Amino acid sequence: MGPISSLISIPEWLDLLIALLIGIGFGFALEQAGFSSSRKLAGMFYGYDTTVIKVFFTAAIVALIGSQLLSYFGLLNLNLVFVNEFYVAASIVGGIIMGAGFIMGGFCPGTGLSALSIGKIDAMIFFLGGMTGAFLFAETYPFIQKLANGSYKGPVKINEVMGISPGLFTFLLIIAAVAMFWIAELAEKKFARPDITNEI
Amino acid sequence: MNPYLAGTLLGIVLLLAMFLAGRGLGASGGLKYCVVSIVGAVDRPHADRSIYYSKYFEDGKKPLKNWLTIEIFGVVAGGFLSGAISKRLKFKIEKSPKITNTRRLIFAFLGGLFFVYGAQLARGCTSGAALSGMAVLSVAGFVTMIAIFGSAYLFAWFFRKNWI
Repeated sequence: MGPISSLISIPEWLDLLIALLIGIGFGFALEQAGFSSSRKLAGMFYGYDTTVIKVFFTAAIVALIGSQLLSYFGLLNLNLVFVNEFYVAASIVGGIIMGAGFIMGGFCPGTGLSALSIGKIDAMIFFLGGMTGAFLFAETYPFIQKLANGSYKGPVKINEVMGISPGLFTFLLIIAAVAMFWIAELAEKKFARPDITNEI
Repeated sequence: MNPYLAGTLLGIVLLLAMFLAGRGLGASGGLKYCVVSIVGAVDRPHADRSIYYSKYFEDGKKPLKNWLTIEIFGVVAGGFLSGAISKRLKFKIEKSPKITNTRRLIFAFLGGLFFVYGAQLARGCTSGAALSGMAVLSVAGFVTMIAIFGSAYLFAWFFRKNWI
């Protein structure tokens, strides 16, 4: 019965051991996906390599189907799994700033960590930039507090907004993902850059 | 690894995090806790006075002994393990042959700065907000995902020299 750590009281060391093991799995999967290469990640935005969208949506769909199956068989109480709270302005503005950072640096924080772990020096500098960004956020927090905490909507779920069941939403998302994968394959042919993809 | 296979592996890890800990995956949160603990170590009075930092030190809490911080140590270990198995361990600056190392590193620094600043604002990055958020059907997850990718496509034209 899950989530394990909210249903039975587990000692702190075990909770942190779970964190370490989940982290190892996460870093391993990111590196195996090829996400330790900034030129591969950037390919998503120029069309020559679309691994990002394939990995991203496959992972989201696997977790969506898996969690709903576990919930259906009474093995996971989804009401106890954290649902991200929606602050409209912060999500949009934050996302736009992140997108700019993505195309400048070629990494996101998770992929940057997987890249620095195999020795990418650019990822180490990205990480230093990231620490600076977190520091600047903390220092400028009083000025952007309103933006960060405004337009709060709570932990709203997309299928509830649309008035459909989680299962139906997942089904629609799978159809959308397959369409995107097909477009992604076409883009890789149209924008092919063998000079880059052979190197990475 | 085949992207669909790697995606399945990533999805299973995410599902495990939901099943074991009732939460998703994260990366920028752990970075924040590292910064918070450094600030606390360097200038504790400043941290206690700040409305931002003080909440992380309340009741004798230690920001480094935190789920998200331990998780990112794991990410580095897992990435290293994968790189060792696939023989990809090597110190190098990866960049387009058309740009200099200095240019690549300056943009890497700026990219990290922007990304993590935005992630603090949006309460999560591509992993914590977008991927994990989508996996629990949260509107915030979908909106953040669209904002990140939409913005990167918009700005791609300006930074194309760095990549293509």
